[in-house]
Amino acid sequence: MNRMQPSVENAQTIAESDAVAVERTLAGDRDAFRVLVERHSRNVFRLAYRMTGNRPDAEEVVQEAFLRAYQKLGKFEARANFGTWVYRIAANYAIDRMRQRKKEEARKVEPVIYEEGTENDPVTLVQDAAPTPERLAHNIELRKQMKIALAALSHSERTAFVMRHWEGCAIEEIAAVLKSSSSAAKNAVFRAVQKLRLALQPFVVKGTQVRAMGTES
Amino acid sequence: MKHMTEEELIAYREGVASQRAVIANHLAACEECRAELERIEAVLAALDTLPVPNPGDDYGGHVWRQIAPRLPERPARWWQAWFEPQRLGALVTVAALLVVAFLTGRITKRGPIGNDVANTEQIRERVLVVAVGEHLGRSEMMLVELSNAAPLDPAQEHVNISAEQHRAENLLDENRLYRQTALQEGNAALASVLDELERVLLDVAHSPDQVTPAQLGKIRQKIEAQGILFKVRVVGRELQERQQTTKPAPAANGSKESERNKYDRAECSV
Repeated sequence: MNRMQPSVENAQTIAESDAVAVERTLAGDRDAFRVLVERHSRNVFRLAYRMTGNRPDAEEVVQEAFLRAYQKLGKFEARANFGTWVYRIAANYAIDRMRQRKKEEARKVEPVIYEEGTENDPVTLVQDAAPTPERLAHNIELRKQMKIALAALSHSERTAFVMRHWEGCAIEEIAAVLKSSSSAAKNAVFRAVQKLRLALQPFVVKGTQVRAMGTES
Repeated sequence: MKHMTEEELIAYREGVASQRAVIANHLAACEECRAELERIEAVLAALDTLPVPNPGDDYGGHVWRQIAPRLPERPARWWQAWFEPQRLGALVTVAALLVVAFLTGRITKRGPIGNDVANTEQIRERVLVVAVGEHLGRSEMMLVELSNAAPLDPAQEHVNISAEQHRAENLLDENRLYRQTALQEGNAALASVLDELERVLLDVAHSPDQVTPAQLGKIRQKIEAQGILFKVRVVGRELQERQQTTKPAPAANGSKESERNKYDRAECSV
């Protein structure tokens, strides 16, 4: 899992500092909200990118999440964690965005453009310095298949998988976002991994074979 | 040796297994399950290589500059939320219901004090029974319509299920409320059926609104495999029967016909 969580002490300090910023914002100090935005934007962007799968949507989700958080700040419970709360708002909006995007994509299909040095550059997938043409070709294919497999998940499955596997959220948090029971949220995680495995295992096995061939030669 | 299921291994890998120690002990002893877990981990490790772009060092500042002009001067206080049009509507409805309930209580003939608690319990149960019964009826209707959905024209590549999807979204909120109520009331069997129904409703609500016949077939298969329609019908029928049995007995001797009519009217208005 690729979780980027602060240490317990650090998390407590951040939570206390967040609580102060929330109080100040509610008292009318709008700049105090800037502290919250600057502190949590990158984490919310990571969640939003993994849920939506593209940068423009992720950026829109981040902005909308903070706008909504500001508007609803009066309802935020002082004992709660602002980071978790804004995460939940972002996840909910990302689900709406994914749903909207699916409708738009049903009308048009855009080719994937690989830009050198960006996240679309397949070379970034290869860990070694001198990838063989076979490995590069395989990684391009694997990358494509991973995107297809993630896009084929239902919104609840993708949300549950991203929040659990990549963001390390508790099942109760996922259930709250999906407006479901904990058992349904657990089930969504399971179905997501099962579907991803079914779609990707042949390519992962093939990758192992390609790597073995590279080592032999 | 009984091996771990795929579900148990995925739950273990994702840290959501309820019997973690049991699975860990089994894995220590079972090479076959260890190999299966490694295959799951290989797929997840491949997915972990999907990069997230770096949004830039000053990303927080960038977000702030984008949203700052759109922020109101001061966030709303919690009580101000009650004056939003949607909430205000709900508030008026609740107030109206309270007034109706109060007036109903005033005009209904009071029985002996000891019966009050029993009557309140009975009315509460009846309200739940009626409400869940209606909810299950609507869910059943939606699932039947979804099962029978077909392209208008055989040449069409997609079937539009947006109406069912929208209804599933609405039913989902209700379902959650009834499931929690059933749990609070200690009705585990009803809560379990509502939990299963919730999963199906979630799937439908989160499906694309235009599906291919193959995708529709999969949704149907899922509905059939879980037997949810059958369960919903059985529970719905049971609730109907309970509704009959929880109907209050006719008023005691000496009560006037007009008073019985009043009581019936009061029941309908709850």
